[in-house]
Formats: sequence, C-alpha cells, structure tokens
Amino acid sequence: MMREIGIRDIDELYADVPEDLKLKRKLDLPSPLSEYEVERNVESLLNKNRTTYDLPTFLGAGCWPHYVPAVVENIIGRTEFLTSYTPYQPEISQGLLQLLFEYQSMICELTGMDVANSSLYDWASALGEAARMTQRLTGRQEILVPKIIHPDRLATLQSYIQPVNMHVRNIEFDRTTGQMSLEDLEAKISEKTAAVYVENPSYLGFTETNVKEMGRIAHEHDARFIVGVDPISLGVLEAPGEYGADIVIGEGQPLGNSMNFGGPLLGIFACRREPAFIRQMPGRIVGMTTVQNGTRRAYCMILQTREQHIRRHRATSNICSNETLCALSAAVYLALLGPNGLKELGNTIISKSNYAMKRLNEIEGVESPVFSSFHFKEFTVKFDEKRVRDVHRNLLRHNVLGGKDVSKEFPKLGEIALYCVTEIHSKENIDQLIDAVNHILTESS
Amino acid sequence: MGYRQSSWIEPCIFELGHRGRKGHDLPKAERSIIEEVGEVQVPNKIQRRSALELPEMSEVEAVRHFTRLSQMNYSVDLGLYPLGSCTMKYNPKINDKLATSSALTKLHPYQDEETVQGILEILYTLGRWLAEITGTFKVTLQPAAGAQGEFLGALIMRAYHTINGKQNSKTELIIPDSAHGTNPASATMAGFKVLVVPSDKNGSINVEALKTVASKRTAGLMLTNPNTLGFFEENIREIAEIIHEYNGLVYYDGANLNPILGKVRPGDMGFDIVHINIHKTFGTPHGGGGPGAGPIGVSEKLEKFLPVPRIEYDGKRYFLSSKKPHSVGKIRSFYGNVAVLVRAYSYLLSLGAEGLVEAAEVSTLNANYLLKKLAEIGVYEIPYGSERPRKHECVLSVKSLFRKRGIRALDISKRLLDEGIHAPTIYFPTIIDEALMIEPTESFEKEELDRFVEAMRRIAEEAEKNPEKIRTAPHNTSVGRLDEARASHPQTLVPSWRVFKSRI
Ligand SMILES: Cc1ncc(COP(=O)(O)O)c(C=O)c1O
Repeated sequence: MMREIGIRDIDELYADVPEDLKLKRKLDLPSPLSEYEVERNVESLLNKNRTTYDLPTFLGAGCWPHYVPAVVENIIGRTEFLTSYTPYQPEISQGLLQLLFEYQSMICELTGMDVANSSLYDWASALGEAARMTQRLTGRQEILVPKIIHPDRLATLQSYIQPVNMHVRNIEFDRTTGQMSLEDLEAKISEKTAAVYVENPSYLGFTETNVKEMGRIAHEHDARFIVGVDPISLGVLEAPGEYGADIVIGEGQPLGNSMNFGGPLLGIFACRREPAFIRQMPGRIVGMTTVQNGTRRAYCMILQTREQHIRRHRATSNICSNETLCALSAAVYLALLGPNGLKELGNTIISKSNYAMKRLNEIEGVESPVFSSFHFKEFTVKFDEKRVRDVHRNLLRHNVLGGKDVSKEFPKLGEIALYCVTEIHSKENIDQLIDAVNHILTESS
Repeated sequence: MGYRQSSWIEPCIFELGHRGRKGHDLPKAERSIIEEVGEVQVPNKIQRRSALELPEMSEVEAVRHFTRLSQMNYSVDLGLYPLGSCTMKYNPKINDKLATSSALTKLHPYQDEETVQGILEILYTLGRWLAEITGTFKVTLQPAAGAQGEFLGALIMRAYHTINGKQNSKTELIIPDSAHGTNPASATMAGFKVLVVPSDKNGSINVEALKTVASKRTAGLMLTNPNTLGFFEENIREIAEIIHEYNGLVYYDGANLNPILGKVRPGDMGFDIVHINIHKTFGTPHGGGGPGAGPIGVSEKLEKFLPVPRIEYDGKRYFLSSKKPHSVGKIRSFYGNVAVLVRAYSYLLSLGAEGLVEAAEVSTLNANYLLKKLAEIGVYEIPYGSERPRKHECVLSVKSLFRKRGIRALDISKRLLDEGIHAPTIYFPTIIDEALMIEPTESFEKEELDRFVEAMRRIAEEAEKNPEKIRTAPHNTSVGRLDEARASHPQTLVPSWRVFKSRI
C-alpha cells in the first residue's frame, strides 16, 4: 500500500505536521496486553467493588436498582444494533428505525403525549432542554421549580439555562405533606414565567397529588407545564398528559437499563402534538412513512431541519450522539412487561416500599416517611438521635448499604436519608435492614 | 461477494401479540408483606385511569420480533462502514464482555466509596491516560457525548472570562466553515455569538480571515485538527496565538483525534480545552447512535472550572470531591457514561502506547490509499487535489457527475448500500458540493479497501451505461428509497403509533 501511494515511510504522511509539535517520545501508557491479560487486569479491579448483589442496597435518587430481563440484554447485545450508528441511511437501517419508532410510541403511551424523541442524555439534561424549549416558545425567562429537587438536576438545569439568561425560582413545599405549595405557586407565577416544573414522584419519593391544579395555574398564566417522571411508576400513576402536561421528561434508566455506576442513562422527552412544540423539540425523532411508490411502510428520521447538522447555530439543541441503545432496552423491557406487567410491578413496589417504611417507622428513634403523603418506591427516613452518616457507616458493617444521606440538602428537615425499595428487594433484604438499624440504635443508646 | 438484506414485512409491535399476554414475570411482594401492609391505594387524584396501550406479547414473540428487526440493520460487524467523521472502527468484543460484567452493572453511583474503589481506580486512571494522550492537565469524564463536551467546554470559557471580569465583552466564538454542526450549536447553547471563518484554497483555515474576525470580543475558537477535510492545520500554532493574543481560549473538537494518537497532541498544539469522542477514537460501540462518552481535558489554568464531582486519589484511596468553588457545576447526573468508559479503559490496556500509534498510522495510510485509488478512477473529483496527505479521512466530490449525468452524492451512497457497504458521510463538510466523506479507520483490511474502490469504480461505469439504476438505488436493502417528504410533512407526519391511529 505504501508503494502504491509512493511513500517509504508512514511518517511521510505526517510531513505536514510541524516538526517541533510532534511528540518525540512514547506516550506514558502501559505496554500492550494480550486479551487474557486485559481480562485479568480489568476483572481484578472490578472485583474490588462490592456490588448491590453483595450488599442489600437501598439507594435510588436518580439511578435505581431494577431487574433487567435476560431478553433485554440479548437483544441490545445483538451486534446489528450494538455496532451500528445513527441511521443516516434509512434503507439499510429499518430495524433500528422501527425499534426507535416503537420506543417513542411506547413513551407516548406511558406519558399520554403524542410525540417523543428517540432519547436525550439523561433526565437532568432533558430538564435543561425542556426549560430552553419553553423559553423559545414563550419568550419568557423564568422557570418555577419545586424546592424539593435532586441537586444534580437543579445544577444541570442552571448550566443549561444561565447562558440564555433564564433563571430558576423555587416553589416552597408543605412541611407536613412535602407537596409543592399551590399558594406559593400562585404567588410566584407571573407573565415572566415560561414554565412550571413538577416531578411526580418527587425527588423524595412522595407523589404530588395537586398536579392538575398546577397545570391549570400554569396555563392560566400562559406558561407551559413540564412534568418529570420515573416512567416505571406509570403503570399505577396517572399519565401526565391526563393532568395537563405540555412536556414530559424523565429518567428511562429503570426501564431495562443497568445502573452501571450511574451511566449511561436515558433522557426521556415527549410533548404534545402542537406544531409549534414539535418544531422546537430537541433531539432526533423517527417517523413512519412509506417507500417512494407507497407500497410498504418504512421508517426514517424526521424533521431534521431542527437539528445541528442542518440548522447549525440555530438548531434546537446541539445533541448528536444520544442514548439510542438505552432507548432500545426500554422498548424491549416495556414490550415484555406490557400494561399488566407494568401495573403489577408498580403494585409490587408500593407494597414492598410500604412494608419497609412501616417497619422502619416502628423503630424507636426512627421516623419514616417524614412526609404524610403517598410514596412510590422512595421515601425519607429520619433518625432522631443519630447522624445519618454514623448510622450508615454502621450499616455497612452489617453488610447493608443505606439510602442517600440528604441531610445537607435539606438542613431544616433534620437527619434524613432517602431510601429506595423496588421489586428486587426481598422481604429478607428489608428485614436485614430493619434488624441492622435496630441493632445500631439500641447498641448505642 | 454480494448483498441482499433481509426484508421482513414486520408489523409494528402494537399489531402483534394478544390481549392478556405477558413476556416476563418480575418478583412479587411476598405474601407476608401483603398481609402486613394490606392493600395500599394510590391516591384517587393521581391513580392511573387512562388506558395503557403497551404491547401484550409473550417472551418468544418479543424475541422474534426484535431479532427480525435486527436482521434489517447494517452494522460494523457486517462490513464496511466508512462513515466520515464518525470513526466506525471495529469494537473489540472483550471490552463488551468486561463492561457487561455484574461487577460493574450492579454498582450504584452513591455507594460508599469504600465499596467502589475498583471502579474509581479505573475511572481515575482512564482520566490520567486521556490527559497524557491529549497533552492536557486534567480530564473530566462527565460529558455523555462529544457535543456535550463542546457545551461544557464553552461553559468553561464563560467561567474563565467571567472570573477575569470580561463576561460582558467576551461574546463571540469563532468557528471555521468546515466545522461539524455541533460546534456552532454548542456555542449558541452556551450563549455565544458564532462567527464563521472561511477555509482557504488549500482547505485549511484562512489565517488572514481569522485575523480580521478575531478581536477583543473573541471568547475563543473551536477547531478540529485534522479538520473535516482530513487535512492537518499546519498553521495551528499561529492560529492559537492569534486567539490567545486576545486572551481567547482555543477548543479542540476531538472527533478527528484518531490519526494523530501518539504522534502529536492537541495540548502541545496550543489547545486549552480538548474533547474526546470515546465512541470514535477508543473503539466503543456506537450503539445505533449512542451511548458514547465525551470527556474533556483542560490546561492547568482551567482545571478549577471542571464540573463536580471530581475523582481524586490521595495515594491510598480514591474518592469523589465536590468542594470546588470555581466549578461550572454539572451538565448531567452522576459521573459520566461509565459502561462506555470502562470499555475505553480496556481498549487502552489492549493497545498500549505502541498500539495507539499503530492505529493512528494505519488509519492514515488507509485514507491516503483510498484517496489514491479513488482518484485513479478519474470520475470523482478530489477537492484540493491529491498532493497533500490526508489524515484519517478523505473527501470526494461528485459535482461533475451531477452536472453531466444528474447523479448526486446521495445516489452514489444509495448504490453503495447495494454492495453491502455502508455509505460514506454525505453533504458534509458543507463547503464541498456533493461531498462524499470517507473514513476507513484502521480496521479495514487491504482487500476490503480494494473492494470499496471496485464498488466505486463499478458505480462510475454504471453512471455512463445505466444511470437510472443508480438514481433508483438501493435495490438490495430491506426497503427501497423512502418518501421522506411525506415523513416530515405536517399533514402526514407520524412520529408515534398514537398519531398513526388518529390518522386512520
Ligand atoms: C467533527 C465532529 N465534531 C463533533 C461531533 C459530535 O460528537 P457526538 O456525536 O459524540 O456528540 C461529531 C460527531 O459526529 C463530529 O464528527
């Protein structure tokens, strides 16, 4: 090949790189290893970890332990999907395109929306994109956000909206129920408000019951209503489309995606069918059409004039590579569960998490949940006499990983932690937690 | 070799299955739990009442449906995928095996640090290696993709100018006309005005033009080097100096890092911020469009702006630190696309320093070999001539075929599909008319390169003898050309099954 192109040394192909810029030494990296050595090396590091299978774990807060059926892993492991890229050539990529259309359609069914994109990076960045979309739609600069929100989500939202001089205002919550305050919302909403945002279930696990009223208040002021969801709750919780949501976002990781130490995740983004909305949507969208002579259905990416490769600096978002494979997992997962499976799963989670709350609450010096609302999957646990940090350190000695310590995030609420219980927590796991907490609290008193 | 793609007439999933069927049973609450808590009701106001029309199918039905779909999808493991700028190299299987180990998949990001020392060590070490490869001081692994790295880089520029009291005057980002669409899109997302600099007659950035656009309003410049034409920007140092003189920052779009690995480093060229497309350069599977990962590396003076938490090491243990008062904060949840990053770690372990240089050199050799062979066909134009060596990719134009025979880059790309070859990137960079952008990567054997050249030769001949065959291609794929106008027309738009049902 070198002969063909008339060179003797590969370096001739780098003759245009200024000599003094070239790296004159070897990169300071290890020497190449055989596959066997690589496997041993990586495995020995990974095996230093203790996984959520080794230790019953009660962590959630944006990344949740759910079972991933073997079929999901099998399908997304198929290299026809795994090693392809964005379906720029639809004729040779119908499989992926159809599956993405099915994903989008299932997200629409879950959320009660008409249009979903084929993924954003995660819930947090989807919130940033949604906020910016409402700014473009309304020309307004303010988003109202519940005070109880994941700090990563809030920080990401800030990063996304500050450059366009948009800002966040917090809406207070009710101290007994945790619910976002309708009075405070009424007081703060104005003609400056681009959007009202609420999460259901909330960051601290309770469900917001006044969502319909929130949507109404938002719309009375010509603001848009954005709802953030954990989609796995939507077998039992009402679809946000039914209570007035204009845009629904959320974290799709629970739908058939492993936790992987927090990434990749799956940003859900769906909205109503209004043309103005669709034109302003971020991200790729797959649509159904036909072949040119109309004889059969076919699928392709649509409305690409919104996107960066065509619209460049006026694009609705900069997103290019997204989280397609995670979206495929979600589609396979939802197809396996179906409506009945998702509903059953929701009820299982409700029973198990209520069992955990009840047992924890029975312990002297422990209150769970802190708020008197209905909770789904996650809930607060308050320790009256002890620091969360100390309890959790002790729990680890009992081979249990407690929830997320959120005391610093909400100092007024005391020593509280956010716990998560899903279908993978057996009664035995929960009882192990209860025994350990009991032991720790009695031991020290 | 020939090609015929499977062509199932596959119903949409909502048309399959049967009411009442289910494909998976998840664990249920134990009877003793139910006895203890009784029936717990969702509050009336938010109970799901609306229909939930998900598919209802058995496990085997689901497996067959999705497997049939997979047969209608072309991928790197099936054959040539010379999609320019996307670096569709081979994705080693060992990396997938390791990254799907339950010692990774079942880790929660908020676990006590003591229980995740292994994964923290992998991520910390990977960050150090990436800093070494790019010649930067510190790397964050947080961005989910290249474009998010660009956005983060632009936010860091803002933070840097703000701390210097210049937030109101540093308003412009300069971007070459050959840049990828994400560059200008990321710049506007971060609140900058985009100024475009033209390329010169050699396909490099026009330095004189750059001097006229650069000013005290310049916050920075975004550039990929080698650029999207495959050329190394020889004047890179002068370019960086022009920007630095105005106290602007120079951002490196790392999409084209592959051909210079271990040969020349962005940091040494004068770049202040560098992103890396892990899914391109470090061989992680593209997943049908993602997930990828887009870590960025920065120079020492910008380190304090990196997002939190940072992964640190005190000589004994690895830990996460968020106490960074100057940090730009966060652009996503948690720490990054870890499952992708672990594959990159394993890739780098396999290749080592020597392997990386070899990958770079072979990818460059392949691109130049293709250029030479494709030029010999005599039908495809080579913008900027064949003299100057390319790096990872080469760009052809079919302008004259279009003029003479009405055959467009799009038609050629469709005809390539008939050969079982994925099309190159087309109509990019936008400064070339009827562009075909071809990036073979190092994972094409010579026979495969020749097969690609032969296919292009056959198409050139066919353009003379039977142009209609090209204009109506593809013929061997699952479906022929689509009605894309209908797909995006407001009256016929079908973005979901719901909308489909409402239209009938
Ligand atoms: C030159 C260039 N820059 C930036 C990007 C964006 O990277 P990503 O898709 O990882 O967001 C790409 C990807 O196609 C690219 O080719």
